[in-house]
Amino acid sequence: MTDAKVSTPVTATGLEPALEPASSSRAQKRKARKNAAKDPKRKITWDRVWAQRALLAMSVPLLMYQILFKYVPVYGWAIAFQHYKPGRGSIWNQRWVGLENFHNLFTGVNGERFRRVVVNTMGQSVLTLVVGTLGAIVLALLLNEVKNLPFKRILQNITYMPHFLSWVIVASLASVALSLPSSGGFINQGLMSLHLVDHPVLFLTQPNYFWGIVAGTSLWKELGWNTILYLAAITAIDPGLYEAAEVDGAGRYRKMFSITLPSIRPTIVVLLIINSGWILSTNFELPYFLGNGLVSDKSETIDVFVLRYGYQLGNYSLAVVAGIFKTIVAVILVGSANLAAKRLNQETLV
Amino acid sequence: MSSTTVAKPPARRASRGGTQRRKRTVEQIIFTTLNTIFLLALAALMIYPLLNTLAISLDDGNDAVRGGIGIWPRVFSLQNYNVVFNMTTIYQAFFMSVLKTVVVVTTNLFFTSMLAYALSRKEFIFRRSITLIFVLTMYFDAGLIPNYLLIKDLGMLNSFQAYWVPTIISAFNLIILRTYMKSIPDEIIESARIDGAGEFRMWWQIVMPLCKPTLAVVGLFVAVASWNSWLDTLLYNSGDPALSTLQYELQKLLASSMNAGMNSVAATGSAHSGGQVTTPIALRSAITMVAAVPILFVYPFLQKHFVSGLRIGSVKG
Repeated sequence: MTDAKVSTPVTATGLEPALEPASSSRAQKRKARKNAAKDPKRKITWDRVWAQRALLAMSVPLLMYQILFKYVPVYGWAIAFQHYKPGRGSIWNQRWVGLENFHNLFTGVNGERFRRVVVNTMGQSVLTLVVGTLGAIVLALLLNEVKNLPFKRILQNITYMPHFLSWVIVASLASVALSLPSSGGFINQGLMSLHLVDHPVLFLTQPNYFWGIVAGTSLWKELGWNTILYLAAITAIDPGLYEAAEVDGAGRYRKMFSITLPSIRPTIVVLLIINSGWILSTNFELPYFLGNGLVSDKSETIDVFVLRYGYQLGNYSLAVVAGIFKTIVAVILVGSANLAAKRLNQETLV
Repeated sequence: MSSTTVAKPPARRASRGGTQRRKRTVEQIIFTTLNTIFLLALAALMIYPLLNTLAISLDDGNDAVRGGIGIWPRVFSLQNYNVVFNMTTIYQAFFMSVLKTVVVVTTNLFFTSMLAYALSRKEFIFRRSITLIFVLTMYFDAGLIPNYLLIKDLGMLNSFQAYWVPTIISAFNLIILRTYMKSIPDEIIESARIDGAGEFRMWWQIVMPLCKPTLAVVGLFVAVASWNSWLDTLLYNSGDPALSTLQYELQKLLASSMNAGMNSVAATGSAHSGGQVTTPIALRSAITMVAAVPILFVYPFLQKHFVSGLRIGSVKG
C-alpha cells in the first residue's frame, strides 16, 4: 500500500471545513451553499469528476438501474390516452382516444364511483394516520414511565410483534376476530359478555364501520412499532431538563407536557410529513382483503379500484388514469409538506 | 487502518432514579398500577389473536369447527400441519418464499450499502442530485399497470427474476444507511485513505463492519417486506405455480373463504390431501402459523440491533 499517491484534490476538499455548517438556520445554510457554488474548488470540473471515478462507478450504474425501474415505466402512461386492449399487442398498436378516459373517470360514467373512491382513500388514510400517531405518542409516553426495564422490554417485544405479520395474515386475523362468536369472533363475544350489545354485530357487512375497522386494524398492527422512534427521541432528552423541572416542583404530567412532548415535536413533524406523502397510497391490502360487495361504497380505495377494476377486469386505460392522478397528488402533497416543514425550521427529507 | 471503533454515547438514565424514589407518593403508586394494568391489557390484545390461531391450528379439524377455542387446543392434534406439509403447493411455496427472501436480502444489502457509501461521502460532487432522484422514487410511482408492462416488456413475467431484480435498491433503506454512514467520523475514512485504500476497499472493509447494527436493521426490513409480499406473485408470477409464495397461497385461501360466506369463514366442507382430512378453518390457521412463525422467530434476536440501529440513525440524523 503506497500512501503518497492518494489523489490530492479529493482529499484536500474532503478535509475542508464541512460543506454544511452545523448551524440549523435556514438562511445561513442557503448562504453557505451559494458560497460553496462560487468556490472554485466546488465547481464541477473534469478533473474532479475523474478523481471521483470510483464513487461514480459505485453510484451511476445503480442510478441508471433505478431510473429504468422507477421512472421509465412512465411510458405506460400513454395508455391513459388510448383505448387499450391487451390483445392488440404493444402500446404502439393501440387506438388513441385523447382525453376520453380522463373525462370518463372524473366526470363521466365512472365519475361518481371515482369520487367515492378518492373520498374513501383519504378518509381511511387520515383516520389511520391520526389514530396511529396519537396512539403511538400516548403509548410511548406510558412505556417511558415503566421503570422496570425487563418488563418494559417484554412489553415492547410483544407490541412490536404484529408489525412483522403480513397484511394477508392480519386481514385473516381481523376477519376472524370480527366474525360471529361461533366462528371465533372474540370481539362480539367480549361485547356480549359486557352486555354492550344484545346480538352479535356483523361488523364486516356494515359500510359505516369500515373506515373504523381499517384504522383499528392498522392501529393494532403498527402501534408498538410506531413508538420506536418516539421512544428513541425521548431517550435523547437531556435528563438535566427533568431534574431542573423537579427542583422547580413540576409533577409527572407537567414534565410530560412541558418537556417530553415539546422535545419530541421534531420527530412528530418529520413522521407526519413522511406519512402525508403516502396518504393516497396506503391502505391497499386491508380494503382489498376485507372489502366485499356489501361495503364497497366505503371500502373501495384507489389502489383497490386499480387492481380490481383495472388489472383484473382488463380496464387498463382507466386504471392508468387513476394511477396518474394518485402519483401527481402524492408528489404535490410531499412537496408542500416539505415546504411547510422548512418554514417550521424542522428537518426535511431532502 | 488503525482504530475502527465508534464510541457509543454513555447511557444516561441512572441519574433520575434517586430523587424519584424519595418522592414516591400515593399518586405515583396509583399511576404505576393503572399504567401496568393498561399496558398488560394492551399486550394481551396484541398477542391473543395469534395465540388463538395457534390453538385452532393445533386442534382437531372437526372439533375446531364447533368454535369456542381460546388459547388452548381442546382436542390436541398435529393433523393440520401434517396435511399442510403434504400439500405440494404449500410445501413448494414455503421453499420459494425462503429462496426469494434470501436472494432479495443479499442483493439489496449489497447494492444499497454500496450506493449509500458513495452518497455519504461529503466530497462526492453529484451526491445531492443523485440522492434527490432516489428520494423522489419514495413518492413517485408510475403505477401498478405501467410497472407490470415494464416487467412484461423486459420479458420477466413468470420468472424468478421478477422477484428480486426490480427491488435491489430501496430508497428508504438507502437513506437510513447513508445517514448512519455520514455519522462515521471523517478521521477513520481519512486515515484509511492515507493508508492507500480505494473507495471500494473503504466501503467493504472499513465502513461495512462499522455499519453492522444498521445493516441488521435494514436486512430485517428487507426480509420482512419480501417474505410478506404477495402482490408481486399475483402480478408477475401467478402464471407459474412453481413460483408461488406462501403469502400468495394464504391470500387465495382467504379470498375463497371470504367469498364462501361473510361470517361462516367457510366452516363447512373439508379439505383433502393425500387421503388426510381436515377442515378449512383449521387448515387456514395452520397455514397462517407457517407463514407467520419464521419472521416471528427472527425478529426478537435482532431486536437489540434494530432498536439501537434505529435510535442511532434517528438521533444523529
